[in-house]
Amino acid sequence: MAYDIDYIRSQFPILDQEVHGRTLVYLDNAATAQKPKAVVDAISHYYYNDNANVHRGVHTLSQRATDAMEAVREQVREHICARESAEIIFTRGITDSINTVAFGMGALIKPHQNVVITALEHHSNIVPWQMLCERTGATLRYIPINEKGELVLHSLEEIIDEHTAMVAFNHISNSLGTINPVGTILARAKAVGAWSLVDGAQSGPHAKVDVQEWDVDFFTLASHKMYGPTGLGVLYGKRERLEALPPYQGGGEMIATVTLEKSTYAEIPHKFEAGTPHIEGVIGFGAALTFINSIGIEAIAEHEAELLDYATESLSSIEGFRIIGTADHKASVLSFLVDGTHPYDLGVLLDQQGIAVRTGQHCTQPIMDQFCIAGTARASFAMYNTKKEIDLLKAALERAINMLR
Amino acid sequence: MTISEKQAALVDEFAFFDDWMDKYNHIIEMGKSLTPLNDEDKQEDLLVQGCQSKVWLKAEKQGDAVKFWADADAIIAKGIVAMLIDIFDEQPAVEIAQAELGFIEEIGLKDHLSPTRANGLMSMIKQMKIYALAFA
Repeated sequence: MAYDIDYIRSQFPILDQEVHGRTLVYLDNAATAQKPKAVVDAISHYYYNDNANVHRGVHTLSQRATDAMEAVREQVREHICARESAEIIFTRGITDSINTVAFGMGALIKPHQNVVITALEHHSNIVPWQMLCERTGATLRYIPINEKGELVLHSLEEIIDEHTAMVAFNHISNSLGTINPVGTILARAKAVGAWSLVDGAQSGPHAKVDVQEWDVDFFTLASHKMYGPTGLGVLYGKRERLEALPPYQGGGEMIATVTLEKSTYAEIPHKFEAGTPHIEGVIGFGAALTFINSIGIEAIAEHEAELLDYATESLSSIEGFRIIGTADHKASVLSFLVDGTHPYDLGVLLDQQGIAVRTGQHCTQPIMDQFCIAGTARASFAMYNTKKEIDLLKAALERAINMLR
Repeated sequence: MTISEKQAALVDEFAFFDDWMDKYNHIIEMGKSLTPLNDEDKQEDLLVQGCQSKVWLKAEKQGDAVKFWADADAIIAKGIVAMLIDIFDEQPAVEIAQAELGFIEEIGLKDHLSPTRANGLMSMIKQMKIYALAFA
């Protein structure tokens, strides 16, 4: 089936507007993706018809809301090929997912152990581990990157050793677009008996993931980067890991029994879902997954790869254009600088011409430090972007550069 | 010229351009023509807090007046600080401290700056007024 870009664009009403009198070109998808009608409609439908609190009412609306939410849990399980839907925890987002694991590990990790992350992480996959290490006396180690923005794996066996308790890293870098060799790193983690966490913030919208094939302990997703609502994330964990991990937050829904002296915790997944969940977020996310699958994640990835190649080639002809992050395997992200211009200035002048890109450090200050730069401008692509939009980006960029130099 | 007259002149200057790309071009030109700071002046303590890009602001008491110098690593930020210097440079410290800056609204700059950059502009103004108060 041909990739029907006109149909896809028609599903995203927000794209059809002008900004500062120019056609909007939205290229900030790595920050958040736009939402198709199906997602907005699912949320409206829920509030118009089914709204009730879940998991506790015997009345019909509560049952309907609970069924709808649990159906999405099953949908997510299928999407990432987990064994059972109890292994799917709904969280507030990637940050919350990672904090849940890092907090829980505080009770399990020993001071002589270490946690391994990479020099390619965003702040959400750095700070929780730094906090864990500060609390417990464990050491934090980094897998370094090279000048192309790829992980350097030749000393992997020294970095991940028999004292490693956790190896946590992203599948795809948000600031450089590097696709990391998940299998190689997970194999080493497994060989020393370390737990593993793969941050799927950027892989969710761009790649097919099978958590059983990876045999990873934890995996995270962000709904809003996958065309779903904000404020919702997923934490996948293997049953035995989730059962071993103490809960992060206490409250309603996560308990089995409560007395004034002591409470016992509910079974997974509820043990990690304290309080009333983000019900409409879950339902909207379900609609987003259905929408992604109706287009096909492989077809989307192929379309985006074509856009990335086209943009890389087209923009490279601009004098002084420099791509930050030139890994052999990349997805959907083009981080760049232009000699003689500041990324903030480019961002302002592109916005004045209707083009939305991100400028700055992309929540990855250590990466920017490594390249000795203050930040970059970043164009990131989604299923609805077109080559014509990249032509508009190029023209706008050339005009901006003319003004700035 | 007084601070109000300076502001009025700046508003007139910008009224000349219809298109915001042209207005930005003018801001950029103002940035380019601002005398840069020496590298040794670009110290941490001269950095204006609250700007996304690096903006350095230096001031000196000259009698009752204040002399300003500034620089920035991004040219639009530099153009904006150049506008402020155009208005405040060598004005009486007391006047600077009390000045109401209507030109930002009148030019329409506020609507064309992102919230973070608008905050940066406010930080620059605040820093200049703090210098003026100290010298008044």
